[in-house]
Amino acid sequence: MSINATLIGQMITFTLLVWFTMKYVWPPIIAALEERKTKISEGLAAAEKGQEEIKLAEKKAKSLLKEAKEQSAEIVSAAQKRANQLVEESKDQAKKEGERLLEAAKAQIEQEMLHAKESLRKEVSSLALRAAEQILKEEIDKAKHQDILSKAADQLG
Amino acid sequence: MSTEGGATGYIVHHLTPLSVGEGFWTLHLDTLFFSAFLGGLFILFFKTVAERATSGVPGLAQNIAETLVEFVDTQVKDSFHGRSPLIAPLSLTIFCWVFMWNAMDMLPVDLLPMIGSLMGMEYMRVVPSTDLNGTFALSISVFFLIFFYSIKVKGLMGFAKEMTCTPFGPKMMPFNLLLKTVEELAKPISLGLRLFGNLYAGELVFILIALLPPIVQPLLGFPWAVFHILVITLQAFIFMVLTIVYLSLAHEDH
Repeated sequence: MSINATLIGQMITFTLLVWFTMKYVWPPIIAALEERKTKISEGLAAAEKGQEEIKLAEKKAKSLLKEAKEQSAEIVSAAQKRANQLVEESKDQAKKEGERLLEAAKAQIEQEMLHAKESLRKEVSSLALRAAEQILKEEIDKAKHQDILSKAADQLG
Repeated sequence: MSTEGGATGYIVHHLTPLSVGEGFWTLHLDTLFFSAFLGGLFILFFKTVAERATSGVPGLAQNIAETLVEFVDTQVKDSFHGRSPLIAPLSLTIFCWVFMWNAMDMLPVDLLPMIGSLMGMEYMRVVPSTDLNGTFALSISVFFLIFFYSIKVKGLMGFAKEMTCTPFGPKMMPFNLLLKTVEELAKPISLGLRLFGNLYAGELVFILIALLPPIVQPLLGFPWAVFHILVITLQAFIFMVLTIVYLSLAHEDH
């Protein structure tokens, strides 16, 4: 159990070991540990952020969907309104057109009637005239009795 | 077995170091060789890991090294509140090196000495921490560091004041100095003797077990070896923690 020079040798070895550990072993390992720590915390933060973003995006999508639904409902109702209006308008127009056509037809009928009356009157008068001519033959002078004839024609109308 | 015959001879043979030289200049070659060899292993392992250290997914070796480093770092941070580039690496070195010294205890007591005797070495003591020179080399180095940091942090005057004026004030100066000197000297001595005593006793028990009949040996050897796993780790841990505590005390300014 003697203390001897081995002690000095051991102390030198120890000093070398400590120096080496201090210089070449400790710093890189601690640096790697620190780096991993930051990486992990960064990763966690990023994950949290991502989740938050997803929530936000979901919210946004929901609101967009709602808006789109509202818009589509609006469009549908507007279209329905417009269709109703169109139907109404076309009904009106048709009614008006019909009335106009009816009116025109009535006017034409009136005119045709007048025309027919006129031509009938003329024919009747000429027929009467010819009949009278036949009956009277030479006894009647056209020029002399023109006045009477036209009066008769007037009475026919 | 023993060359000199008898249990005493066997025990003495096992506890005698392989040495060269005379008087103080005797060198225990086995202590020097095994501690340097284990130190080499320590450096090889940690240097390899440190070179390849990544912040990505660590491999097995890096995991082991990181567990050790973090364990030591936590211990240092728990008891030492200053900043020092030395204390943590120092503690890691102490813990690993002492642990490896002690772990030599787990090898069969006759294995390495037998190989040694085949190579012509008459004596061999494989556990460096059963050599007082080994444990005192550590504790005296730590003592120097305590001394160095005390003066560095408190200044020469501050240190002198602490040595002479505490704990009883300036009037009791010689008594204070005596008390403090004993206190400071007790640190390395208790540190070195504690480790030496535990491991020496442990090795002695292993040698005694080896003297028993072969059938009884496992019955005692196995529990003692299991118990020694605890002792090995605990003694390395105690040495490291006390080093940290002493050094942090040295850094404290009263």
